[in-house]
Amino acid sequence: MNDIMVDKTTDLASAPQTSTLRQPSTLRQPRLPAWAPIGLVALSILLGCGIGVAAGLDSKIQWGLISAVLLVAITFALTAQVEGRRQAKDRLATSLVWICFLLAIVPLASLMYGTIDRGSKVLDGAFLSHSMNGVLTTQPGGGIYHAIIGTLEQVGIATLIAAPIGLLTAVYLVEYGRGKLAKAVTFFVDVMTGIPSIVAGLFILSLWIIILDFDYSGFAGAMALAILMMPVVVRSTEEMLKLVPNELREASLALGVPKWRTILKVVLPTAIGGITTGVMLAIARIAGETAPIVLLVFGEKVINNNPFEGAQSSLPFYIYEQWSLGNEASYDRAWAAALVLIAFVMILNLVARGIARWKAPKTGR
Amino acid sequence: MDITPTSPTSPPPEKQPPLAVDKVSSGKATRPGDRIFLGLSRGSGITLLVVMAAIALFLTVRAASALGKNEGNFLTTFEWNADSAEPSFGIAVLLFGTVVSAIIAMIIAVPVAVGIALFISHYAPRAIAAPLGYVIDLLAAVPSIVYGLWGALFLVPHLEGLYKWFDDYFGWTGILEYNDGTPRSLFTIGILLAIMILPIVTSVSREVFLQSPKMHEEAALALGATRWEVIRMSVLPFGRSGIISASMLGLGRALGETMAVATVLSTSFGIQTSLLDGGGGTIAQNIASGFKEASDDGRDALIASGLVLFLLTLVVNGAARLIVARRKEYSGANA
Repeated sequence: MNDIMVDKTTDLASAPQTSTLRQPSTLRQPRLPAWAPIGLVALSILLGCGIGVAAGLDSKIQWGLISAVLLVAITFALTAQVEGRRQAKDRLATSLVWICFLLAIVPLASLMYGTIDRGSKVLDGAFLSHSMNGVLTTQPGGGIYHAIIGTLEQVGIATLIAAPIGLLTAVYLVEYGRGKLAKAVTFFVDVMTGIPSIVAGLFILSLWIIILDFDYSGFAGAMALAILMMPVVVRSTEEMLKLVPNELREASLALGVPKWRTILKVVLPTAIGGITTGVMLAIARIAGETAPIVLLVFGEKVINNNPFEGAQSSLPFYIYEQWSLGNEASYDRAWAAALVLIAFVMILNLVARGIARWKAPKTGR
Repeated sequence: MDITPTSPTSPPPEKQPPLAVDKVSSGKATRPGDRIFLGLSRGSGITLLVVMAAIALFLTVRAASALGKNEGNFLTTFEWNADSAEPSFGIAVLLFGTVVSAIIAMIIAVPVAVGIALFISHYAPRAIAAPLGYVIDLLAAVPSIVYGLWGALFLVPHLEGLYKWFDDYFGWTGILEYNDGTPRSLFTIGILLAIMILPIVTSVSREVFLQSPKMHEEAALALGATRWEVIRMSVLPFGRSGIISASMLGLGRALGETMAVATVLSTSFGIQTSLLDGGGGTIAQNIASGFKEASDDGRDALIASGLVLFLLTLVVNGAARLIVARRKEYSGANA
């Protein structure tokens, strides 16, 4: 036995050796070394910067674009030479996909960096606890306290209106909905998700302010925000209710529990984590809406705690207002407010997703 | 539980055990609690429909009042003088700006978004794919006013060199001609909108790509296909309608985007052949920036333009949803 093994190994080892001596194996395609992609990236970035400097291009965007084009071209040409056309196409696609990814990351990273960098300049305790009352537009100082109050109240009222309606609609669609009404509601919820925020604002404007002749107030803005929030809540709640295993409903109904108690005591508690997440994500979405506030709340420099009477401010509106003043001091305030708004929205998002993971309905295994 | 004593006294569920669930869920509520709850939830659904109808109705009412006073032709007039004694305003310039900037945004965003979606679903190393998807979702949450601020103060100054370059090489087309000036133009808006709709288009197409049947991919790989061939033959055909509907959703967003456009663009009425030169306007931007100075009639005119925007996004979103719904019906791959 031993003899045979030895025989075989020597055979196998010697056979290819002799064949490679005569001609290269046709079974194995020549490949670029593993470090080739990284090397090519480095090479094309170098070349791109070189060309950028040599031609005196002042925009870094151009340097990047030149590097990207070079990378694609060199990779394709080289691979087509060494590995063949099919592999070249594959590498072409790979490099394009990577470039797409980088193309997207660059502006988004720049946005985050710019906001944090410029926003942290004037952001401090005084900025968070003072309003713009008596601050000249070109003068540094002032703060966003009135805007935070406005945002919290408007978003709070919007949530109080939209969350129950959205939740009940989702319950209707999942637990009761059959037939034409349910189909219509499903379709229009989808369509409603796409309503531009300015259109929601115009609707409240024409109904509440022009036709019913109420004054501008935080409440009017909150109603528009509620319209934007409702479909988001319906969608996410619907998804969560669908995840609740049917066995739970059947078990409860089989015990003679009325359907409404089944929904309240069995279905909703099972899905509560996901529903909370959905509502919080919806809040995060409407907290950044500016357009309805511009139309309906009108903006105010001083603190107005009453959302039902008189103009208010809000964080996104404050950013817009400070931006349109157009001087360095107001730009700084706008960036700082943007930083606060982003932080608020991101924290809501992270907490919401944390809850979703923590309270995820346990599916049986 | 307190249910046990009542269960023997309530025979209906026991009479027809298999039908019991169906019977209750078909909407014939017998108990008062059930009736109230069904009424509440059905009422909420109807409220939603009523809101949609009310939006269309009230916008139309105000728009009709504005159009009655309009001296110009609403569709073809190239100016917006809604506040004067003889109001004359038209949607042509704004509609042009809205559609063109949204189309530029689509041309830039959709290929890149599909690339990122493929990157996350098929190219990225496992360890970073999931966090990446997460980051993309987070970016969808950045408020549009922040994009606007960034676009006006950060992006615009960086684009001048690029536009000069476009002008040097493609200026002869007329479309990409650039005369010096701040590049607050439709093309800039297109770039900004593209960045804004990237996350939504990416996350929808990524979902679809992740659902593409593993068997097809493995079969293609087993036949010796390269990764690109696998994607071209099994992932993209499967995801095509998903990509289309994702793009339409993005298009809807781009059409209705207000604040980012209002911060970057300075309105001037007139349609230019060059997309790089400053000027132009979109419907939403015109409403936001013209609202404060508008008189009562001016507000009605703005509402009329808002109605056009509403109908436009309604059609785009409706079409997107129908495409998705059709895919659900015909695709057996998810089963």
